Amino acid sequence: MHDYRSMVELLKEIQALEFGVYELALFLDTHPGDRRALEDHNRLVSRLNQLRKAFEDRYGPLRLDSESPYPYRYINDPWPWEIQY
Amino acid sequence: MWFYEKKLQYPANVRRCDLAMAKFLFAQYGGPDSELSAAVRYLTQRYTMPIPQAKALLTDIGTEEMAHWEIIGTLIYKLTEDATPEQLREAGLGDHFAQHDKALYPHDAAGVPWTAAYIQATGDPITDLHENMAAEQKARTTYEHLISLTDDDGVIATLSFLREREVVHFQRFGEALMQVQEHYQHKHIFC
Repeated sequence: MHDYRSMVELLKEIQALEFGVYELALFLDTHPGDRRALEDHNRLVSRLNQLRKAFEDRYGPLRLDSESPYPYRYINDPWPWEIQY
Repeated sequence: MWFYEKKLQYPANVRRCDLAMAKFLFAQYGGPDSELSAAVRYLTQRYTMPIPQAKALLTDIGTEEMAHWEIIGTLIYKLTEDATPEQLREAGLGDHFAQHDKALYPHDAAGVPWTAAYIQATGDPITDLHENMAAEQKARTTYEHLISLTDDDGVIATLSFLREREVVHFQRFGEALMQVQEHYQHKHIFC
């Protein structure tokens, strides 16, 4: 149970970072020449990749193109609609 | 192509089983201004956008709408998870149960199935972007109606996030519209 809460807390951190990335990406779609927004985007992407790697090493793949230990761990519960956030 | 990411874009918690609210939320799951309509609308229109900014924006907002559709599905799943057929019937979801049990079939709050007739793709980028701006406002309004129909703070937090996304998407579509108009003025094509 303690591990479940840690998993959810790390997931929420990833959600927050990914929100920043997505928001900046939509902004950059219509403002591709905004250097500061691009720098913010790239900085958040770098941090997001670190956190995603940390999450996947501990709790299993978030994507089917992530490496998995044996047996294939991507399928494991909980799926996103089953999590108590 | 797309890859699935095994997580929601934003947390979705519910405090209790609330079947009436689940029924209302179908408005944004399979109604005219639902997240499903938004996703299919933008991902359909993007092929005939004339400038890179608009092709990118429709692709990325269309993809985000898929994530929102998943969030609404999660709220309905959680709100109905513990319900009995009798409780579903009392809440006006007896028709749904008869045909779909607790499956997340896309229909609106009154049970009308989703249809592609809810969306348009005219091939005219100016017209399509105007439709999208209107669609974002209609979805914002629907979220405000839904928020006023519940006192569950978990549901309200998630719906508030989704409402804010409609406002941001409206803003971005407006910028793309201006850029498409400039593109045509520059090319001296009347559209």
